[in-house]
Order: sequence, then structure tokens, then C-alpha cells
Amino acid sequence: MTMPLGQKITFYVLLIVSALLIFAPTLMAFVMSFMSNKDILTGSMPTSLTLDNYRQAFSTFPLMQYLINSVVVSVLIMLGQLVLSSLAAYAFVFLEFKGRDILFYIFIATMMVPFEASVIPNFHIIRDLGWIDSYAGLTVPFFAMAFGTFLLRQNFKTIPKELREASLIAGMGDFKFYLTVVMPVAKTSLVTLGVYGFLTSWNMYLWPLLATTNDNVRTVQIGLKQMQTQEQLNQWGVIMAGAVIVIIPTLLLLFLGQKKLQKGLTEGALK
Amino acid sequence: MSTMSPATKPYEDMQLAFEAERRKTKTRNFIKGILFLLPSIILFSVFLFYPMMKTVYLSFFLTDASGATTVFVGLQNYIQLFTSSIFLKSFKSTFLFVLYIVPATIIISLFLAVLANEKLKGVGIFRTIFSSTMGISVAAASVFWLYLFNPTMGLLNEILGFLGMEGIGWLTDPAWALVAVSITTIWMNIGFTFLILLGGLQSIDQSLYESANIDGAGYFYKLRRITVPMLSPTLFFVLTVTIINAFQTFGQIDILTQGGPQNETNLIVYSIYREAFVNYQFGAASAQAVILFILILLMTALQFKFGEKKVHYQ
Repeated sequence: MTMPLGQKITFYVLLIVSALLIFAPTLMAFVMSFMSNKDILTGSMPTSLTLDNYRQAFSTFPLMQYLINSVVVSVLIMLGQLVLSSLAAYAFVFLEFKGRDILFYIFIATMMVPFEASVIPNFHIIRDLGWIDSYAGLTVPFFAMAFGTFLLRQNFKTIPKELREASLIAGMGDFKFYLTVVMPVAKTSLVTLGVYGFLTSWNMYLWPLLATTNDNVRTVQIGLKQMQTQEQLNQWGVIMAGAVIVIIPTLLLLFLGQKKLQKGLTEGALK
Repeated sequence: MSTMSPATKPYEDMQLAFEAERRKTKTRNFIKGILFLLPSIILFSVFLFYPMMKTVYLSFFLTDASGATTVFVGLQNYIQLFTSSIFLKSFKSTFLFVLYIVPATIIISLFLAVLANEKLKGVGIFRTIFSSTMGISVAAASVFWLYLFNPTMGLLNEILGFLGMEGIGWLTDPAWALVAVSITTIWMNIGFTFLILLGGLQSIDQSLYESANIDGAGYFYKLRRITVPMLSPTLFFVLTVTIINAFQTFGQIDILTQGGPQNETNLIVYSIYREAFVNYQFGAASAQAVILFILILLMTALQFKFGEKKVHYQ
């Protein structure tokens, strides 16, 4: 169906204006990260572009260490969630045993507990385990994930049960069937869940703030806060350079996987 | 049993053996199922169920700075919360905050989703831009807006000045701080809400629009009579998720205002954080955490109850 030209123009104008408004803060940060401090302080348009802010961000702050920490933490959480969610989803779809339904309801119940409400005892547990300032303390509490289990359960359900029966008759155990048949078939969902897990872990704020006290394990989000609080002299260019570095990985992932993520989220949300 | 004829005996034995075998398989299946679930069960128990119960337990006690309980005070922590002006203010701010951000987030995102759902050339770029705020972490977003709100060089006050208006102390004026935090949060929420609503729009049956076109229905008539009603399950989901997220707001506050000025932006999670990890009042903080838990439980229950049935069904 073709649209009248007038309507088309209206839509494009609205789209462009909205896009400019939504993107303005991000664009501003991006431009500022390349501006000299003088230009920023005088509020002028950029007269020259420079990489000084990035250089300074990396030299005055352990930004590289923050980035490495964030990558390690996010990848660990992502892998942990994939393994635990897929194992649990396998049990809920393919195995029949007493108490399965009750356990399933318990999994649903976990979605009702906000992490913020249980953060105090969690902090004490991590402290008593000696996990403050460790990758374990930053990651292990997030491995078990009801949302991931449900998402994969939906996907595993599409695998015919006969396939498992045939495999069992052929002498393949459940674990081998899970590893060599189910996981490859569910690759797309695993990628969706992985991207989602990475994004959320990379952007985590409250827990890394509590569970780290030094730069050796501090994640880049908390690092950014450090930059902002320590940088008293209005070095906005340096702070924006840090912020741009923080958002680049997640923006890239989002742009590349947008369609898949949208589909996955909508499925998880509405089924 | 003694009258049993010898002929049925082997059959009976076989059945017993069969029964035993079946029980064995059952036990084996049970063990296997539990083994697959064990990692999740252990972690949920240690980092979710136990902490949740411990929170409830702690809320009845006073604690020392390390978090060990000292004196049992019963409901005293709760009574104090509801008589303390600081907590009542935090409660009020949290609800005001929900009121500020939820309708605005949904209306703006719906507007963007409707725009981006048109089959126009290059609409993909706009979809990417509209969803982009989802990829921006709370720390980065807060830093962006911290600059925008800056009283002397921030862009917002410069625009106001350009329009001949007086600058606003966005983050320092008690009348504006919560608004400023809300603007930041709405902006951050748009990406995710937009994506979900766009997904909802795309799943609406196109034939509804086609038959409306045949009847000569106008654009806004279709929007009001087809799009919004058919989208109501998605809208409802987005509504509850936005409310739940609003209750859990923390990072923006920590970077933008630290709960100030005059506790205007001391939202519930920030209040818990400050009570527990700055003042070391773990009992009082736990009581607030229990209240947060109940609030979110109510929202989730609402979502399960009505979300399952789908709000509108045609």
C-alpha cells in the first residue's frame, strides 16, 4: 500500500525530530569526548578535534584494568547463566520426575524477589566467604536465572521428544543428548540469552559498587563513577571519553543483535 | 495368599520384579532431574531464598556494624519507619517518581513505536536510534545528564538562557531534583520500552487494518480502535515492568544527587543503601527492603494474574 506524499513527509519529519532528540545526549557525549577542554568550558562549538581526552582517561585512571574486569565479569556471568539455564530448562522439558512441577513454581517464584531487597544478606554472605574484591563475588550470585530458564524452555519444547527416545535407545545418555543434540539445535536462543546476559552484566551498578573496594576488580561502571567524583576540575571531556568507552561494547552488541534481541525479549515477555 | 495356585506364582514374581524395576527407574529419573537442576537450586538457595528470609529476620532486630543481630525489637523497626519523616518522604518521593516516569515513558515510547512501525524506507535506522538508550548503562547515562543539568555550562540551562528564561538548579533545587532524575530515567527507559512495544505492534494481525482500510477508516481512528486495543497485553506488560524498574532505581540517584537535596530524591533503594552501608543500620534497612519486596511482589502478582489472561482478547 502506498502512502500519500504529505503523510509520508509528516512521518519522516516526526521520525527525524524524535531521533535527534533521543540521540542528542549520546551524540553530545561523543562529540565532547573529542573536544578540547577550552572549547567545552567556553561552551563553543568544537574548533578542533583531539584524542587527548582518551589519552588522559587511560593514563590518569586504570581504565584498561576496569575494562578487563568488566569483560571478565560479564563473560563469566554470561557463561554461568547459559550453562545453568540450559541444564535447568533441559530437566523441565525432557525429564519426568516427582516434584518437577513444584520446582518449576519455585523457579517462577524467584522472579518475584528483587535483588535489591535481598542485597544486605547477600553482601554479608560474600563478605563471610571472603569474596569481596573477587571475580567470584561479582559473578556467582547471578548464575541462576529464571528468565533464561524459561526462554530456553520455550525453545527446547520445539525439539521432538522422539529424538531423545531414539538417542536413549541408541545408548546415548541424557547428558550427552543435552550436549550434542539439544545445545546445537538451540544455538539461536543461546546467543540471544548470551547477548542479553552480557548486556545486563556489563551495565550492572549496585552490586559491583558494594562488592568491590579497589581498582583490581572494579568494573568499568564503577570506574566511571570514580572518574566523575575524582575529576573535580571540570574535565568533562575526559569523563565523556570514559563514558563513550563504557557504552561502545553494549551499543555495538545492541545494533548487531537488535532484531534477535527484540524477538527474544518479546517471546520471553509475552509467553 | 496361601491359596494361590502355583500357575500364577511366576507371573506374580515377574510383576514384583517389574514393579521394583519401575521404582528404580523412578528414583533414577528423580536423581537425574535433580542433578540437572542442582546448580540452579543451590545458587537460588544461597543467593536468593536464604537472603530473602534473612532480610525478614534482620528486620526484627537491631544490629552491630558487622551486621550481627544484637537486640530483638519486634516490629519496632517498622513502626519507626512509618513515623520517621525521612522514610515517609522517601516513600512519597518513590511514588511521585513512579507517577512522573511511568506515563511519560509509555506515551513517548508508544509514539516512537507507532512512528517506527510504518513501512517507510530507512525506518531501520530510526528503530536502531530509538532503541539505543537500552545499550547505555545507568552510569554513562547519568554522566551524560549530569553534564546536561550542569547549572553553568549544561546544555539545558543554555537553551533556557537562549529563550530568555532563567536557569534552573536542576539537581540542587528541591523543587526540580526529582524531575531531573525522572527525565534521566525516562530517557534511559525509552529504548527497552520502545523495542517491546514495536514487537507488540508487529504482531498485530495486518488483516484488521486491511478491512478497516476497505471501510475507509482514517489514521487516528485505526490507531484508537485497532492499534491500542490490540496492543493492550503488551502495554500492560510494559506498565508493570516500568513500575517495577522504577521501584528499583538506584544508579541515577547515586551519581546525580546522592538522595539530596533535602532527601527529595532519596528513593527507596537508595534509602536502603544509605541506611545499611553508610549508617550500618541493617535492621532498619532490612525493614525497608521487606517493604520494597512487598511492593514488587504486588506488582508481579498483578502482572501474572492479568497478564496471563491478556487484557484484551478479540
